[in-house]
Amino acid sequence: MSDQTRARIEELVKNHKVMLFMKGTKQIPACGFSNAVVQILKKEAVQFETFNILADPEVRQALKEYSSWPTYPQLYVGGKFVGGCDIVTEMHQSGELSKELAAAGVK
Amino acid sequence: MPSPDAIRSRLLAAFPNAVVDVSDLTGTQDHFQATVIASAFDGKSRLEQHKLVYAALGELMDGAIHALALTTRAPGAGAR
Repeated sequence: MSDQTRARIEELVKNHKVMLFMKGTKQIPACGFSNAVVQILKKEAVQFETFNILADPEVRQALKEYSSWPTYPQLYVGGKFVGGCDIVTEMHQSGELSKELAAAGVK
Repeated sequence: MPSPDAIRSRLLAAFPNAVVDVSDLTGTQDHFQATVIASAFDGKSRLEQHKLVYAALGELMDGAIHALALTTRAPGAGAR
Protein backbone atom coordinates (compact mmCIF):
# COMPACT_ATOMS: atom_id res chain seq x y z
CA MET A 1 0.00 0.00 0.00
CA SER A 2 1.20 3.53 -0.68
CA ASP A 3 2.32 5.82 2.18
CA GLN A 4 -0.46 8.14 1.16
CA THR A 5 -3.15 5.49 1.54
CA ARG A 6 -1.70 4.36 4.87
CA ALA A 7 -1.77 7.98 6.07
CA ARG A 8 -5.42 8.29 4.99
CA ILE A 9 -6.39 5.17 6.92
CA GLU A 10 -4.44 6.28 10.01
CA GLU A 11 -6.13 9.65 9.92
CA LEU A 12 -9.58 8.04 9.71
CA VAL A 13 -9.05 5.66 12.63
CA LYS A 14 -7.39 8.32 14.79
CA ASN A 15 -9.84 11.14 14.11
CA HIS A 16 -12.95 9.06 14.77
CA LYS A 17 -13.19 7.17 18.02
CA VAL A 18 -15.72 4.76 16.49
CA MET A 19 -14.91 4.15 12.84
CA LEU A 20 -16.75 1.55 10.80
CA PHE A 21 -15.44 0.54 7.38
CA MET A 22 -18.39 -1.03 5.62
CA LYS A 23 -20.09 -1.89 2.36
CA GLY A 24 -22.51 0.94 1.67
CA THR A 25 -23.45 3.75 4.00
CA LYS A 26 -24.97 4.09 7.45
CA GLN A 27 -28.24 5.09 5.73
CA ILE A 28 -28.11 2.45 2.99
CA PRO A 29 -25.93 -0.53 3.96
CA ALA A 30 -25.10 -2.71 0.95
CA CYS A 31 -24.52 -5.93 2.87
CA GLY A 32 -26.27 -7.74 5.70
CA PHE A 33 -23.09 -8.08 7.75
CA SER A 34 -22.33 -4.35 7.49
CA ASN A 35 -25.93 -3.57 8.37
CA ALA A 36 -25.72 -5.81 11.45
CA VAL A 37 -22.80 -3.79 12.84
CA VAL A 38 -24.56 -0.48 12.08
CA GLN A 39 -27.59 -1.71 14.05
CA ILE A 40 -25.40 -2.80 16.98
CA LEU A 41 -23.68 0.60 17.14
CA LYS A 42 -27.10 2.27 17.10
CA LYS A 43 -28.18 0.03 20.00
CA GLU A 44 -25.00 0.95 21.86
CA ALA A 45 -26.16 4.55 21.38
CA VAL A 46 -22.77 5.93 20.41
CA GLN A 47 -21.79 8.36 17.70
CA PHE A 48 -19.94 6.64 14.90
CA GLU A 49 -18.46 7.43 11.55
CA THR A 50 -18.71 5.14 8.52
CA PHE A 51 -16.59 4.78 5.41
CA ASN A 52 -18.00 3.16 2.28
CA ILE A 53 -15.22 0.88 0.98
CA LEU A 54 -17.24 0.11 -2.17
CA ALA A 55 -16.68 3.71 -3.26
CA ASP A 56 -12.91 3.58 -2.70
CA PRO A 57 -11.10 0.55 -4.20
CA GLU A 58 -7.74 1.78 -2.90
CA VAL A 59 -8.78 1.88 0.76
CA ARG A 60 -10.77 -1.32 0.25
CA GLN A 61 -7.59 -3.19 -0.71
CA ALA A 62 -5.15 -1.41 1.63
CA LEU A 63 -7.22 -1.73 4.79
CA LYS A 64 -7.24 -5.53 4.48
CA GLU A 65 -3.48 -5.38 4.76
CA TYR A 66 -3.47 -2.66 7.43
CA SER A 67 -5.80 -4.68 9.69
CA SER A 68 -4.54 -8.14 8.62
CA TRP A 69 -8.22 -8.93 8.04
CA PRO A 70 -9.64 -10.07 4.68
CA THR A 71 -13.32 -9.15 5.00
CA TYR A 72 -15.72 -6.25 5.64
CA PRO A 73 -17.13 -4.74 7.79
CA GLN A 74 -14.20 -3.76 10.02
CA LEU A 75 -14.72 -1.83 13.24
CA TYR A 76 -12.11 0.40 14.86
CA VAL A 77 -12.60 1.81 18.35
CA GLY A 78 -10.12 4.27 19.82
CA GLY A 79 -7.76 3.67 16.90
CA LYS A 80 -7.70 -0.09 17.58
CA PHE A 81 -9.09 -2.82 15.32
CA VAL A 82 -11.89 -4.62 17.15
CA GLY A 83 -13.07 -7.15 14.57
CA GLY A 84 -15.65 -8.03 11.97
CA CYS A 85 -19.36 -8.75 12.23
CA ASP A 86 -19.13 -12.03 14.19
CA ILE A 87 -16.73 -10.68 16.82
CA VAL A 88 -18.62 -7.39 17.21
CA THR A 89 -21.90 -9.32 17.59
CA GLU A 90 -20.43 -11.60 20.27
CA MET A 91 -18.88 -8.64 22.10
CA HIS A 92 -22.17 -6.73 21.98
CA GLN A 93 -24.01 -9.69 23.47
CA SER A 94 -21.45 -10.25 26.22
CA GLY A 95 -21.17 -6.58 27.16
CA GLU A 96 -17.48 -6.39 26.16
CA LEU A 97 -18.22 -3.95 23.35
CA SER A 98 -19.88 -1.57 25.77
CA LYS A 99 -16.74 -1.68 27.97
CA GLU A 100 -14.51 -1.16 24.96
CA LEU A 101 -16.56 1.90 23.94
CA ALA A 102 -16.47 3.26 27.48
CA ALA A 103 -12.70 2.77 27.61
CA ALA A 104 -12.40 4.82 24.43
CA GLY A 105 -14.45 7.55 26.10
CA VAL A 106 -17.46 7.46 23.81
CA LYS A 107 -20.08 6.29 26.30
CA MET B 1 -16.40 -21.66 -6.14
CA PRO B 2 -15.40 -23.87 -3.20
CA SER B 3 -17.72 -26.50 -1.76
CA PRO B 4 -18.28 -26.69 2.01
CA ASP B 5 -16.25 -29.94 1.92
CA ALA B 6 -13.31 -28.19 0.25
CA ILE B 7 -13.33 -25.51 2.95
CA ARG B 8 -13.65 -28.15 5.64
CA SER B 9 -10.63 -30.07 4.27
CA ARG B 10 -8.61 -26.90 4.10
CA LEU B 11 -9.39 -26.10 7.73
CA LEU B 12 -8.69 -29.66 8.88
CA ALA B 13 -5.31 -29.55 7.13
CA ALA B 14 -4.45 -26.38 9.06
CA PHE B 15 -5.96 -27.51 12.36
CA PRO B 16 -5.49 -31.27 12.73
CA ASN B 17 -7.90 -32.87 15.22
CA ALA B 18 -10.14 -29.81 15.15
CA VAL B 19 -13.90 -30.06 15.11
CA VAL B 20 -14.94 -28.30 11.93
CA ASP B 21 -18.43 -27.65 10.66
CA VAL B 22 -19.06 -25.78 7.43
CA SER B 23 -22.36 -25.01 5.77
CA ASP B 24 -23.35 -23.21 2.61
CA LEU B 25 -25.81 -20.51 3.71
CA THR B 26 -27.27 -19.69 0.33
CA GLY B 27 -26.67 -22.76 -1.84
CA THR B 28 -24.48 -20.63 -4.10
CA GLN B 29 -21.09 -21.77 -2.73
CA ASP B 30 -19.95 -18.28 -1.81
CA HIS B 31 -21.70 -17.50 1.50
CA PHE B 32 -20.66 -19.86 4.26
CA GLN B 33 -20.91 -20.42 7.95
CA ALA B 34 -18.10 -22.20 9.78
CA THR B 35 -17.52 -23.36 13.31
CA VAL B 36 -13.98 -24.38 14.26
CA ILE B 37 -13.02 -25.80 17.63
CA ALA B 38 -9.25 -26.26 17.68
CA SER B 39 -6.54 -26.64 20.30
CA ALA B 40 -4.47 -24.12 18.29
CA PHE B 41 -6.91 -21.49 19.62
CA ASP B 42 -6.03 -22.16 23.24
CA GLY B 43 -5.10 -18.92 25.02
CA LYS B 44 -5.78 -16.80 21.94
CA SER B 45 -8.24 -13.94 21.62
CA ARG B 46 -11.19 -14.25 19.24
CA LEU B 47 -9.48 -11.77 16.95
CA GLU B 48 -6.37 -13.97 16.78
CA GLN B 49 -8.51 -17.11 16.34
CA HIS B 50 -10.36 -15.62 13.38
CA LYS B 51 -7.08 -14.44 11.86
CA LEU B 52 -5.74 -18.02 12.04
CA VAL B 53 -8.82 -19.27 10.19
CA TYR B 54 -8.49 -16.59 7.51
CA ALA B 55 -4.80 -17.43 7.11
CA ALA B 56 -5.68 -21.12 6.65
CA LEU B 57 -8.19 -20.23 3.93
CA GLY B 58 -5.64 -17.98 2.22
CA GLU B 59 -6.54 -16.99 -1.31
CA LEU B 60 -10.08 -18.35 -0.97
CA MET B 61 -10.83 -15.21 1.06
CA ASP B 62 -9.75 -13.03 -1.88
CA GLY B 63 -12.87 -13.56 -3.90
CA ALA B 64 -14.17 -17.13 -3.95
CA ILE B 65 -15.67 -16.74 -0.47
CA HIS B 66 -17.83 -13.64 -0.34
CA ALA B 67 -18.96 -14.07 3.22
CA LEU B 68 -17.99 -16.32 6.07
CA ALA B 69 -19.84 -16.24 9.37
CA LEU B 70 -17.32 -17.59 11.82
CA THR B 71 -17.51 -19.11 15.28
CA THR B 72 -14.25 -20.24 16.89
CA ARG B 73 -13.17 -21.53 20.27
CA ALA B 74 -10.65 -23.73 21.96
CA PRO B 75 -11.77 -27.19 23.10
CA GLY B 76 -13.03 -26.96 26.67
CA ALA B 77 -13.77 -23.24 26.43
CA GLY B 78 -17.47 -22.66 26.99
CA ALA B 79 -19.59 -21.71 24.01
CA ARG B 80 -20.12 -17.98 24.18
